[in-house]
Amino acid sequence: MATDWTLGMTTTVVLGVGMHPWGKWGRNFVEYGVHAAREALRDAGIGWRDVQFVSGADTVRNGYPGYVAGATFARALGWTGARVASSYAACASGATAMEAARTRILAGLCDVALVVGADTTPKGFLAPSSGDRPDDPDWLRFRLLGATNPTYFALAARRRMDLHGATEVDFARVKVKNARHGLANPNARYAKAVTEDEVLASPMVADPLRLLEICATSDGGAAVVLASADFARRHTTRAVRVAAISTVTPTYPNTIIELPDFATDSSAASPPPERSFKQSITDGAYAEAGVGPEDLSLAEVYDLSSALELDWYEDIGLCKPGEAERLLNDGDTTIGGRVPVNPSGGLACFGEAVPAQAIAQVCEVTWQLRGQATGRQVEGATVGVTANQGLFGHGSSVLLVR
Amino acid sequence: MTTATRVPAVEGWFTMDFDRPALIGQRCGTCGTYTFPATAFACPNPDCDGSELDRVELSRTGTVWSYTDARYQPPPPYVVPGDEHEPFAIAAVELAGEGLVVMGQVVPGVSVDDLAVGDEVELVLDTLFVEGDTEHVVWKWRPTGRSA
Repeated sequence: MATDWTLGMTTTVVLGVGMHPWGKWGRNFVEYGVHAAREALRDAGIGWRDVQFVSGADTVRNGYPGYVAGATFARALGWTGARVASSYAACASGATAMEAARTRILAGLCDVALVVGADTTPKGFLAPSSGDRPDDPDWLRFRLLGATNPTYFALAARRRMDLHGATEVDFARVKVKNARHGLANPNARYAKAVTEDEVLASPMVADPLRLLEICATSDGGAAVVLASADFARRHTTRAVRVAAISTVTPTYPNTIIELPDFATDSSAASPPPERSFKQSITDGAYAEAGVGPEDLSLAEVYDLSSALELDWYEDIGLCKPGEAERLLNDGDTTIGGRVPVNPSGGLACFGEAVPAQAIAQVCEVTWQLRGQATGRQVEGATVGVTANQGLFGHGSSVLLVR
Repeated sequence: MTTATRVPAVEGWFTMDFDRPALIGQRCGTCGTYTFPATAFACPNPDCDGSELDRVELSRTGTVWSYTDARYQPPPPYVVPGDEHEPFAIAAVELAGEGLVVMGQVVPGVSVDDLAVGDEVELVLDTLFVEGDTEHVVWKWRPTGRSA
C-alpha cells in the first residue's frame, strides 16, 4: 500500500518498535529497556548515533535511575550527547514520553527520537513506597481504607453490573477472549488458554473480580523510534503515522471515583461534564486525527480488569453505554470480528509493567498496521487506537494510521 | 474498648464525636462547591477564583454508589487490626447535598452480600488498629436498613 504523506510537516512516523518479553524476570529494569531500544533501532534500520532525543518513561520502584529514565537509558546505550527528558504520569507515562518526543520533532528541533520505558516490579499488590506520608493520598488510601488497586477496579465493575446488568460470566468471557488472543504473542507473559469455568473458579480478590480477571504486575520493556516525515521518507516505505496523541486531564467536576482518591469532585456548584474523563481521552485523539471510532480497525485498551475492558468499549465509542456486553458476546471484539480489542492479549496476557505498557500498546498497533502480528493479525488493519489512564488524572491515547 | 487513648488515624478529616461523627470537608464561600478531604488550597472549580474555603461538616448519611471487599490482606501501610486478616467491605457513598462520592470501609460484620447500590448508610467511628495503648480511629459506613 502506498504511503500517504499528505499530512506533511504535522506528521511524525513510527520508524521502529521493539520490546523485551514481559515476565517476572527479577532483573534490572535497565536491561529490559536497552533490549527493547536496540530492537526498535534495528526495526527502524538506523543506528543509536542517529537518535537526537531520548524520552524516558519513569519507574518509581527502582530508585534514582528510574526517576531519570531518559538519561539512564541514554547512558546504558552509550553517551552520545543526545538530549534527554524523563516523564512520569503513572500508567500513562509512556504516552507522555511519546508526546514529548513528538512535540520536539514537530517543533523542528530534531528528526529522530527514541522513547523507552521499562520496569521491574515486586510480587503481589502494587503498594506505595515505604515511609510515613500522611499528605500523600496514595499512601493514605492503603493506610485508612486498605484500598488496593483492585478495590477501585471492583467498584467500577459492581457499578457496571448495577447500571447495565453485566454478569460475572460477561467479565469471565473478556478474560477468555484475551487469553486466546495472546496465545501466539511472543512478548506476552501468559500464553495459556483459559475457560469460563476456570476464570469463575479462581479466588475472589475484590468482589465481583476474581484472580484471573485482575492484571498482574510484570517486568518488561518497550521502545519506539519516532521520526519526522522528512527523515522517514528517506528511510522507510512502510510508514505508520502518528495521527494523534491525547494526554488530556479531567474536566471539573469529575464525578467518577478514581484511583487513588478518597472522594470525587463535587457536582454541587457545577454539573458534571457531558463527556466523562475516560470518554474524553479518545475524544481528544479522534478530534486531532480527524477520524472517528467507526474508522477503527482495532483498539488496544487498558484491561486492568476484565470488567474495565467493557467500560472502554463504550468510552472509546465502539458502542453506546450498556451495549458492551452484547458487543463482546457477538464476537465483534474478537480477532475476526468487526473491531478486535486487545489482539495482543492485553494486560490479561501481559500483566502491567507501568512505564512500558502504553509504549507496548503502540508496538502492537504498529505491528498490526504493518501486517506483522503473526498468529493474531487483524486482517487489513489501517487505523488503530490505544486507550489508557494514569493515576492522578492522566489520559493516554495514541492514534496510528498507515 | 478499654484502651487508654483514642486518636484519629488522620488529623482533621472527621470529628471525634462518637455519637454523631461527621466528615470534615470544605465549602467554597464564592461558588458553593465542596471538597473532601479538606486539603484544597484554592477552590477547585476552574470557573471560580474563590479562596475562602470554609471547613464544614458533611452529611452524615448517604447512599451506596458502589461497593466491594478486600478478601486478601492489603499491603502496608495498612495495619491488620486483629491477629489475622478478616475480609472487610468497602463502599463508595454518594452524599446528595454535597454532590460528592466518598469512600470508606464498611463496619465489620457487613459483607458484600448485605449491600446493594442505593442502600442508605450512615457514618460511624470505629477502630482502624490498636498500637500499644493507643486506638487509631477511622470513619466507616454502616447500613441503616433503608434504601433510597
